[in-house]
Amino acid sequence: MKKYFEIFINGVVKENPTFVLLLGMCPTLATTTSALNGMGMGLATMFVLIFSNLFISLLKNLIPDGVRIPCYIVVIATFVTILQMLMQAYVPSLYSTLGLFIPLIVVNCIILGRAEAFAAKHNPLESLVDGIGTGLGFTCALTLLGLVREFLGKGSLFGNVILPSQMNILVFVLAPGAFITLGLLIAVVNSVKNKKD
Amino acid sequence: MAYFLIFISAIFVNNIVLSQFLGICPFLGVSKKIPTALGMGIAVSFVLVIAVVATYLLQQYVLVPLNVGFLQTILFILVIAGLVQMLEMIIRKISPSLYQALGIFLPLITTNCCVLGVSLLVANGTYQAQGAQLTLLTGVIYAFATAIGFALALVIFAGIREQLARVQIPRNMQGMAIALITAGLLALAFMGFNGVDAGIAALLK
Repeated sequence: MKKYFEIFINGVVKENPTFVLLLGMCPTLATTTSALNGMGMGLATMFVLIFSNLFISLLKNLIPDGVRIPCYIVVIATFVTILQMLMQAYVPSLYSTLGLFIPLIVVNCIILGRAEAFAAKHNPLESLVDGIGTGLGFTCALTLLGLVREFLGKGSLFGNVILPSQMNILVFVLAPGAFITLGLLIAVVNSVKNKKD
Repeated sequence: MAYFLIFISAIFVNNIVLSQFLGICPFLGVSKKIPTALGMGIAVSFVLVIAVVATYLLQQYVLVPLNVGFLQTILFILVIAGLVQMLEMIIRKISPSLYQALGIFLPLITTNCCVLGVSLLVANGTYQAQGAQLTLLTGVIYAFATAIGFALALVIFAGIREQLARVQIPRNMQGMAIALITAGLLALAFMGFNGVDAGIAALLK
């Protein structure tokens, strides 16, 4: 039990894909114009990550070593296609907001990275827990980034307006704000890390 | 005329990296020195144009007639992966010196989201064509212009980072934090091009 908890916490905090490993930057920057969009993108990625980790771990003895990367990509692309269909059917508005970045989950380096670094070497249950942990870490990071950008740029939290529109700093919901906010958040994470040492 | 506008729009106004957020990984990863940034930019242009032609033909002559549009994501990524591998072999055979220059970047391009992203945009016809007809030629011009925009952003960013390496940066801001803020300022500068394409269109009418 303790081992699974450790794998889980490792994915959420110690090896947080966004703030520590700096992987999967494209969706992180592009979809976090609001907290809800960020969370939606995070959950979509988490769905694919959990299933791809589980299935790659189940199939690892069947996949020949030489062609393992193409095999992983096919497994990942299959779950992305399933996700696309599910989202089109049940959350069409979120699907059209996230747009191109849903099919682009296929080339998200977090998923291929976890498949290669974790699922290919561990048993299915451990890989499943790792998928949940890493996916949750990614979702939390995207929600936090979306929360900060939405608050500064639109003066609202999860769509509830808090500040009057005169106090909005529009640039934070535009492209440059994405880079600057993430840069500052990483600096905050660095300062916490440096204090600990 | 429309083709010229596609160029201006894709390079400056809707820059693939700084306003569309595609291809951020190589943008942050291989932009420490100008020559490597330039090499990556050329390699991406090369693959992007060929990938767009291949995926457009696949979409028009296989996926649409057979009515299997849902296989798009899987087939496109497989075609791109195969294409990159093939290009790598061909370049190694034909021009070893070019292989020396581009070789290390080629495997990285398979998982570069700007290649799959632009292929999907062109195949689905959801890119900014500035009033031109959505043909293969328009798609190729858009892809080429996008790749130039990618290379331009990469080279400018590498130039700034070369200068940044010489100055003292606060400990907590070192590494990716300062790089991201620099990219933010560069994106802010590129926002100044907003509306330039519409202005040129009005001027030349």
